Amino acid sequence: MEDTLLDLQDIRKSYDATPVLAGVSVRLLAGETLALTGESGSGKSTLLHLAGGLDQPDSGQVVLNGRDIGQMDDAARAEARRLHIGLIFQQFNLVPSLTVAANIALQARLADRHDAAFCEHLAERLGLSDLTGRYPEQLSGGQQQRVAIARAVASRPALILADEPTGNLDEETGDTVLSLLLDLVSSTSAGLLMVTHSTRLAGRLSRRIHLSRGALEQG
Amino acid sequence: MNMLYTALSSLSSHWRYRPGQLAMLAIGLALATALWSGVQAINAEARAAYDRAAATLGQDQLTRLEGADGRPIPLATFLALREAGYLVSPVISGELRDAEGRLRVLGIDPLTAPAAAQGPALDGAVDLAAFFTNPGLLLMTEATANGPLPADLPPSVLSENVPPAAAITDISTAARLLGQNDPSYLLAAPVQPFGLPPLSEATDLRIRAPDTANDIARLTDSFHLNLTAFGLLSFGVGLFIVHAAIGLAFEQRRASVRTLRALGTPLRTVLLALGIELAVIAFIAGLIGIALGYLIAAALMPGVAGTLRGLYGAEIEGVLRFNPTWALSALVITWLGAAVAAVQAMVRTAQMPLLAPALPRAWAQASGRTIRLQALAALALFALAVALAFFGQGLIAAFTCLAALLIGAAFILPALMTAALNILPTRGAFSSWVLADTRQQIPGLSLALMALLLALSANIGVSTMVGSFRSTFIGWLDQRLASELYVTAADPTEAAALIAAIEPDVDAILPIVSADQRLFGRAAQVFGVIDHPTYREAWPLLSQSPDPWDALATGNAVFINEQLARRENLSPGDVLPLAGGLPIAGVYSDYGNPNGQAIVSLNRFSETYPDTQFFRFAIRIDPSEAPALATRLREEFNLPTEAVTNQAQVKAFSIDVFDQTFRVTGALNILTLGVAGIALLTSLLTLANLRLPQLAPLWAIGTSRATLARVELARALGLALLTFLFALPVGLALAWILLALVNVEAFGWRLPMQLFPSDWARLFALALIAAGLAALGPALRLARIPPARLTQIFAQER
Repeated sequence: MEDTLLDLQDIRKSYDATPVLAGVSVRLLAGETLALTGESGSGKSTLLHLAGGLDQPDSGQVVLNGRDIGQMDDAARAEARRLHIGLIFQQFNLVPSLTVAANIALQARLADRHDAAFCEHLAERLGLSDLTGRYPEQLSGGQQQRVAIARAVASRPALILADEPTGNLDEETGDTVLSLLLDLVSSTSAGLLMVTHSTRLAGRLSRRIHLSRGALEQG
Repeated sequence: MNMLYTALSSLSSHWRYRPGQLAMLAIGLALATALWSGVQAINAEARAAYDRAAATLGQDQLTRLEGADGRPIPLATFLALREAGYLVSPVISGELRDAEGRLRVLGIDPLTAPAAAQGPALDGAVDLAAFFTNPGLLLMTEATANGPLPADLPPSVLSENVPPAAAITDISTAARLLGQNDPSYLLAAPVQPFGLPPLSEATDLRIRAPDTANDIARLTDSFHLNLTAFGLLSFGVGLFIVHAAIGLAFEQRRASVRTLRALGTPLRTVLLALGIELAVIAFIAGLIGIALGYLIAAALMPGVAGTLRGLYGAEIEGVLRFNPTWALSALVITWLGAAVAAVQAMVRTAQMPLLAPALPRAWAQASGRTIRLQALAALALFALAVALAFFGQGLIAAFTCLAALLIGAAFILPALMTAALNILPTRGAFSSWVLADTRQQIPGLSLALMALLLALSANIGVSTMVGSFRSTFIGWLDQRLASELYVTAADPTEAAALIAAIEPDVDAILPIVSADQRLFGRAAQVFGVIDHPTYREAWPLLSQSPDPWDALATGNAVFINEQLARRENLSPGDVLPLAGGLPIAGVYSDYGNPNGQAIVSLNRFSETYPDTQFFRFAIRIDPSEAPALATRLREEFNLPTEAVTNQAQVKAFSIDVFDQTFRVTGALNILTLGVAGIALLTSLLTLANLRLPQLAPLWAIGTSRATLARVELARALGLALLTFLFALPVGLALAWILLALVNVEAFGWRLPMQLFPSDWARLFALALIAAGLAALGPALRLARIPPARLTQIFAQER
């Protein structure tokens, strides 16, 4: 149990009386990389949002590092995200008015864990060193996603949640970005829960689970 | 603290990234502050000048003794009163004028002057020895001292408590400068020694009570009220810009706010950061606005001073003083305005769900319900305005009616726009798209269009009121100054001699007699007139019984002024308690007079007031011969200049001065419209970026960027046209409220409303220019946008 980083227990969630998740339980160990696959509308993103404290389940528990963040109030969940979770979105969600360097440092600054040398190291490893003064709209999709990955890792979170991080990228760029993400996760000993459509990319993670119509299927 | 700083710097990076938008927000706040505070500064300065003038010689607080004909009082008369024990003090007043400048000189005798009239002479700051001895000292304000002054004046000493364009000096110095040894008038102490008979029994001098010279001061209230109303409207229009700029900035930053929150920033930290950011921007913009307001006020001040001096006889300096209290209150107003403008955006941010999809045009999609709610609120406001217009009483009700009309009109505009676009016919797919797209844009542009509507309505309303006032004023001058010359003789004997001398050479001589009379417990004046076509043709009656002039001529009827009629709810047919009761045959307009007035026939007047002396009369003569006759009267009878008045010159001067009022109003009109134009520009610039995803597909399927740009420009002009069409009735309703409610409640008289279509045409052209200029930038940017930027839309479309 000591190794359990995230424990989702019998999670149920409905939107407008339409059930999206019907009793899903998932456990992620520290340092583990877990792929969550499933068709569109299967509830993958919803499960990821619940795991990240962006939303609350109708029932069930979302236990992160031994604390049920599902029952916390908004401010406490915000603190949990700030200190323990790195989020990577399909849409990148960079702040358009901040430079690459400022975007990378954003969450680390919010968490009061900013380490300039580490941010520079991340930028270098992700091939962004020459782009740190640019704004997101001046970058390609692959470059923007690398900035988003660097931002998620820069605050040294225990858990990284990635929602289709390569969904907007071509296959080659997607492979490169995923390799970088896995390297960084490995080097920081963080756990990774990644939503993806691609069974090929899912195969590169240490474990894979499949959601179908709001329930888990063993893959 | 670190988190707050990071959130604040991340959010405020938006403004560094889009400095144009920051400029728009700052300009909106600064203009709103500037127009409001500028008008307040003008009003405050003018009122301070009135107070200084009143305080200096106690002009409004002390009884004056004047020569019946306005001529100086013989020194012997003054000395006789002093010897009898009366506390009276001489004042020599006159104007020095030469090619270099002019100066009103007030010579007082500080040793005998009542305390309220000593002014700054004996306040300890003046060298009394120099004041009393040759060449004397002139006390004047710094502005007067720095202005154009006549040559060869005695040394001057600066003093703030002196009326503008005037100097206070010892009476002996004034006598020497003006070449006049007899006092112009005497000031009487409020309390006279016990046991003396009343002054009225001790002297033949005319006693002018403290409050009888204030008729015209009431008119300045009307002027300041108009300026204040304009300032308030401009401030409101400016706040629309601020509301639009803040609202759209919040919309643009929705994604960033959501990202910040997803990364663990608590909502209260985000809201606090947004609040701090707005307060700082409002502070800086407020400072800019105060500086701009000061410049606007300083630029308008000479015109206002000229207007007030010429039209109302109120002397104020054409110079503005900086007042820290005024600046601080302007800053507070800016903060309050920014806070009010930001409330909606803050509430929306607070209620925004963390997982809402990224919708840059979310407000547009949520707007259908808002438009319907606004329309319902507008109908309620219109009902309130109508109820207040017909059943409300008092100035507050009149202003509430005005506010309900304007806010209601602004609220209903988006619904009317949408309805108008729904009924417009379309031909072909492209025009259908243009109309549909325009409908979709209305929510985003509605605030700017509301600002334009308010600006246009205010322009139409105020210019209609001022125009009506102008033509009424001219008519009133014609009525009151129908005769070519007015003569004031020293006494009835001289009056008889004058009439005998000129009667063969003139068309008619019309005696002017009046008596003070209390009517319904309040001060009023009664005039006696002869039956003459001058009155029958020129005296515009507001309401009348059959054959009013014949009835008046018999002596058995009376005319009353509008003020008296409104105050006592009198109308033709009612009986006025005068001379045993006279039926009212007519009610006439009497603008600017706060008191009641009545007119009876000369015979009836003589019977009622047998002791009243007749020494004033008007002369009807061919206007071309009037100047020569005036000269002859002055030369043959040695009449002072002011004893013979050529009214054609007075009229021309008054109208010229009135036109100066228009220039001030016109400047404010243009500024308000400019503010609305900037509101439109703010919205169009912001929408331009958000609209690229809608425009890119049209470009991709073959519509050129130039065509899209032309459509954008044409759309802005079309919306301005629709706004103007709606602003026209709103502006006229506004004018009606100002003329029929506000003026009546504030001043007791009602101005007839007149329409000025040429003004509307000019305003329409200005509105199109403002909208065209606002749309030109975004349209040109669209026409020149690199194709790569459009293709990027498809690559990044969310």
